[in-house]
Amino acid sequence: MPIRIITTHLEFEGQVSEQRVVIEGDEPPVWGPDAALSIVGTPQPRVDGRERVSGVAEYTYDVRLPGMLIAVGLRSPHPHARVTRIDATRAEVAPGVRAVYTRFNAGDFLHPDNERPFFGEELPYAGDLVALVVAESRAQASDACALIAVDYEPLPFVIDPEAALQPDAPHVILTRENNGLSDEYPKTYERGDITRGLAEADVTVEVRFETPAALHNSLETHGATAQWDGRTLTIWTSTQDVYGSRRQVASALGLMHNQVRAIKQYMGGGFGSKFGTHSSGMLAAYAAYKLGRPVQYMLSREEENLCTGHRSPTIQTYHLGAKRDGTITAIDLHAIANVGATGGWFPPVSMVAKEMYQCPNVRTVDEGARTNLGPFAAFRAPGVVEGTAGFEVALDRLAAALNMDPLEFRRKNYAPEHQAMERPYARKLLLEAYDLAAERIGWATRDAEERRYPLGRDGHLRRGVGMASQMWGGDGGPPAQAIAKLLPDGTAVILTGTQDIGTGTRTVLAQIAAEELGLPLEHVRVELGDTEFGVFSPGSGGSMTLSSVGPAVRMAAVEARKELLEVISQLAEAPTDAIELRQGAVFSRETGKEMGTIASFLDQLDGHEITAKGMRGPNAEGMTVRTFGVQFAEVEVDVGTGEVRVLRVVACHDCGRIVNPLTFSSQIEGGIIQGLGFALMEQRIVDDRLGIPVNANLENYKVPTIRDVPEIEIIPLDRPNIHANTLGTLGAGEPPIIPTPGAIANAVAHALGRPVDALPLTPDRVLKLLNQEATV
Amino acid sequence: MPDSMPALPATPDEATRQTRIRLTINDTPHDLSIAPRRTLLEVLREDLSLTGAKPGCEMGNCGACTVLLDGEAVYSCLVLAIECPGHTITTIEGLTRDGQLHPIQDTFVQYDALQCGFCTPGQVLALKSLLDRNPHPTDDEIDRGMAGNICRCGAYPKIRAAARALARQQP
Ligand code: FES
Ligand code: FES
Repeated sequence: MPIRIITTHLEFEGQVSEQRVVIEGDEPPVWGPDAALSIVGTPQPRVDGRERVSGVAEYTYDVRLPGMLIAVGLRSPHPHARVTRIDATRAEVAPGVRAVYTRFNAGDFLHPDNERPFFGEELPYAGDLVALVVAESRAQASDACALIAVDYEPLPFVIDPEAALQPDAPHVILTRENNGLSDEYPKTYERGDITRGLAEADVTVEVRFETPAALHNSLETHGATAQWDGRTLTIWTSTQDVYGSRRQVASALGLMHNQVRAIKQYMGGGFGSKFGTHSSGMLAAYAAYKLGRPVQYMLSREEENLCTGHRSPTIQTYHLGAKRDGTITAIDLHAIANVGATGGWFPPVSMVAKEMYQCPNVRTVDEGARTNLGPFAAFRAPGVVEGTAGFEVALDRLAAALNMDPLEFRRKNYAPEHQAMERPYARKLLLEAYDLAAERIGWATRDAEERRYPLGRDGHLRRGVGMASQMWGGDGGPPAQAIAKLLPDGTAVILTGTQDIGTGTRTVLAQIAAEELGLPLEHVRVELGDTEFGVFSPGSGGSMTLSSVGPAVRMAAVEARKELLEVISQLAEAPTDAIELRQGAVFSRETGKEMGTIASFLDQLDGHEITAKGMRGPNAEGMTVRTFGVQFAEVEVDVGTGEVRVLRVVACHDCGRIVNPLTFSSQIEGGIIQGLGFALMEQRIVDDRLGIPVNANLENYKVPTIRDVPEIEIIPLDRPNIHANTLGTLGAGEPPIIPTPGAIANAVAHALGRPVDALPLTPDRVLKLLNQEATV
Repeated sequence: MPDSMPALPATPDEATRQTRIRLTINDTPHDLSIAPRRTLLEVLREDLSLTGAKPGCEMGNCGACTVLLDGEAVYSCLVLAIECPGHTITTIEGLTRDGQLHPIQDTFVQYDALQCGFCTPGQVLALKSLLDRNPHPTDDEIDRGMAGNICRCGAYPKIRAAARALARQQP
């Protein structure tokens, strides 16, 4: 097939980039609303569910190789320090120890992406790496860690982002001029005239809203097992991105790409924090390469929570204005995100303020602050979860100041097109989603006395209902490739290079291939997560996996089917359009009679395997493809204890065609539950005198348990978006977490009759709010 | 001012301090020689390659390491292996018999009560211990019984649905 190089636009985690990609052949026409599909669109249990429930699924942590050594890290106990001396002599001779790496013998090992040494002289946060001990067992490695004597020279530190931005603040990293994220920041976006917009307003509000650092706490920590056999460096790594891992490991060790193989079959969660290979994986690769023995380095829970990333804390200050009739005239946002000492980018906190509602006069200022804390990392809709919470809370304040119903207020300011880019949305079903979800939650009766006071006015319980809108990308894009192979017995293998990070990717890809190949689902096997046998796919993130890789799989299956029909047509002496494939059998279109199984035809050939390739085509130009949705939450607050319980969440998201309603609903529920954690309980707590996180564990960092989970009602729209890709799908990974915290915060404000100014809404914070004057 | 980390005394070499024990796991006896300080979780995973029990926190917070000790769900990261001789240990690997999933495992798959699956062996065993004790738990008893097992992916609604379905089906 002839190739062509094209330029296309891709939006990933709120940032639009131009991509130059190779396109080969033509994609099949899109599955429109009338496509007759029998496997796609049906609920299917996961094709790898059996492995996962029976304990045989091999996670990175479970990889055990003969002669495998275990690495344990020694990490800095100071928020900012210089390492002046390390005495590892006792550790080096301790039982079972095979190597101790520090800056004095491995200081030239540099991170390939930012050229920072893995073992630095200056350690800008508590939890940065000082030494790595590699031993025959984990116990021996940990014992030896305790034998390493380190001299630290403590340096001044700063952990508060506003303090860090002051001119006289301590330098987070000594060599940097200031604590700003980079020269590009603060970064201002402007549309219209903010001063005029505020002047034109009849009512204005000023809202300061703070969000905490949330820790991913994937149940499987970051880490890897690596093996160097003199020819190939194989790395089993808990990653969302095997190709990125291969590139990083190759460049860190100075190997060629064909000398590195990255494998990830099963992983215990990532939620955005596992792009490429974490430094722990590169250190495992380094030690394996140096020692010639397999090395495993899996982080402890504490290391995980100190050094692998978090949702960056934000301080959002809004200045909003509206006309008496509810028309928004001005949106002014100053957003500070604390990106930690070495975070590399700014989470798009201001994306929703720019785009979600109609407004001619908008100004947003993004300011990234470096502090002496671990680096931030993408966390399921980074920036946008925080930004949506702050903005939707501020909007409720404005609606209250106008004496308007919050939902009516949002309807009034509905944005029909992408204002920042001045172009249409491919589709926006938000008004319909408002109607459906408002009806389901019973929005109309939210102020009813008996609903708000379940125990009467004097009782200790108050209930409230709140809502928040959601927008996100997730239409996917090139490059992504797939290969479909039809084996002589009529079964298929689909080769991709994508990852199933727990979302059910393997299952939906199998459904797509089975649909096009006319095979039962059990006859399709999907291979992924291995750079050696796969073909290129992007990292799994940005809610783009299905929409990027799915069309490539579909095209490969369509091409394989074409060849299969050709083979059958020649063997059966019937034209290809007279044949139909269904459930692994061949039928005559004319008579409807079965002509035999697919296998019975392929069997007539000597050793032929059909192999076909598919690629994701370019994205639609001139329009913006988005998922839009809304969530409503009903909460109950105990005004005696400050405890908040979420009773119900109603969610309605336009995620395009739903390939598997069962795994789709699992994604939505999982997002809502993580959003609930962010709203009510999750926060990294830092001792500001010591500069040290004090709850880098699962004991005092609280995540939701089954008892916190409300009734979740999902209203599926399930309509293909024909502009998104040939499947008509949009992502579902991130949309569900985006509006949950905002909806819960607004519900709590409604219940209390008081504004909410920060998350999480822990009992102590709620009690403090109750002691303030009522203003809502 | 330099801040020197004190060098702690080494614990004696593991190799010279081993205790011989017999553990009965999934009806099979295993004779082992282990250091007394090692947890059941470590011994299952490192010495016996029974990696179905997962290390999620190793301090009794998450439940990923859940196994059954005489039928009771325990966090194997908080149990020393030397406490276990004479007791019956069941791990997730012991639930599948002759290639047949246990009904709880099968229900988990059918209800999609798992996402990444890392917590799943622990969830399945926690539910088994609950249902063995109380075949018809109420919804509240299910939530209380399962509250010691974190699922960061948030498969809880479907774990709940699976548990309720099983509670209905039980004889
Ligand atoms: S590993 Fe045992 S409870 Fe978390
Ligand atoms: S399924 Fe991922 S932690 Fe439970």
